[in-house]
Amino acid sequence: MSPLRRAGALAWKDVTVELRRKESLNSMLFFGAVVLMIFQFALGPGPERIQAAAAGLLWLAFVFTGVLGLARSFQVEQEDGCLDELLLAPGGREALFLGKLLGNLAFLLVVEVLILPLFGILYNLDLWAALPALILVVVLASLGLATLGTLLSAMTVHMRAREVMLPLLLFPLAVPVLLGAVAASQSALAGEAMGTALPWLKLLGGFDVLFLTASLLAFDAVVAD
Amino acid sequence: MGSRHPRGTTALGWGALGLLGAGAYAGFGIAPPDAVQGQVQRIMYLHVPAAWVSLYVASALVLVGSAVYLWRRQPAWDRLARSAVEVGAVFTALTLVTGSIWGKPTWGAWWTWDARLTTTALLLVIYIGYLMVRGVVEDPDRAARFAAIVGILGVLDVPIIHMSVVWWRTLHQPPSVLRMEGAPTMAPVMLFALLLNMTAYTVLFVYLLRRKMELEAIRDACRAAKP
Repeated sequence: MSPLRRAGALAWKDVTVELRRKESLNSMLFFGAVVLMIFQFALGPGPERIQAAAAGLLWLAFVFTGVLGLARSFQVEQEDGCLDELLLAPGGREALFLGKLLGNLAFLLVVEVLILPLFGILYNLDLWAALPALILVVVLASLGLATLGTLLSAMTVHMRAREVMLPLLLFPLAVPVLLGAVAASQSALAGEAMGTALPWLKLLGGFDVLFLTASLLAFDAVVAD
Repeated sequence: MGSRHPRGTTALGWGALGLLGAGAYAGFGIAPPDAVQGQVQRIMYLHVPAAWVSLYVASALVLVGSAVYLWRRQPAWDRLARSAVEVGAVFTALTLVTGSIWGKPTWGAWWTWDARLTTTALLLVIYIGYLMVRGVVEDPDRAARFAAIVGILGVLDVPIIHMSVVWWRTLHQPPSVLRMEGAPTMAPVMLFALLLNMTAYTVLFVYLLRRKMELEAIRDACRAAKP
């Protein structure tokens, strides 16, 4: 079986399990919604401040929510005692990383797509015009977050205080993704042409490529015994 | 690097002390006050060398130590990396504090989110993250491996962070020594004092690094000797 097929099989396994249990997706969705609501208390009640900060708040909500899902991705394997089996499976470990990455990316994108309309409603923003640009930003930035998050999740699953270690390590490393995502989203929400946000999109794309490569190289050292 | 020649380290320490003294005299005695900022500008002789050491010297050693450790798995390289992180973190904190002290009278604020401060603050967080990784992993070999990966990812990420924050906003003075065009914008006396202090801080860093590595070597030997 080729690595890509194995990765696909692993991602399919994760998605199927999640569709049956729905525990990760539900908690991520509700957490994202709650976070968006709480920001209202920080910046409301008038619409001006929260609309000015909208792009930033959206991505904070996505990042906090994402960390929840990312943390669980290797934790479920370890809890069920499956991690060793996955590592013993024949073939390279890249398939394990890619499979987990695809699963995490899928969950992240599903949650983000469901939270976006809520975001538009709660903050009174017209998302339709910005939608193509927003979707591009969401995909590029989510790939960056999922890549780093999957690698760090594999690492932190072996640590005490893992709930705090994953965000502690992820947030500083993911700053370029956050900046790029917020800047490009702001540009999209302001109705600017996609060309103005192009440097940010390039930053996101470049970051994705760089850290996907780095993570693939580092993954073996992370899961080795 | 230092574990077999503690006397060499001591000599380095005296050298650092001498250079620091000379640098302090040059910066606070000989160099003239700044035309615009006055005497307050003299903190540059503390702040810029600390920034140079933490952002360039320490991080380079962290990167090299981590990378070679992952490649060769020799404990000495891991000692280099973790010592560089620890001493580098101290210099980074020093950079932030002196920068803050400099910023209050000149910018009117203890802190701003401009490119350099943000990147330096994130570098400190990354260094602390590295040290925490070592603390929360039971197995020392695993801890070293994980920390090395965090170190490499962190140091590689810092230029990207800096670039993205520069695009985001900037308030800091443009670099006056490492300018792309070439000629520094300071008076020659000030430049001399600055470079002297930068040398002094580098020697101080290397001295502290070697002492730290010697200490870590002894710690590792004790751990290995335990039944």
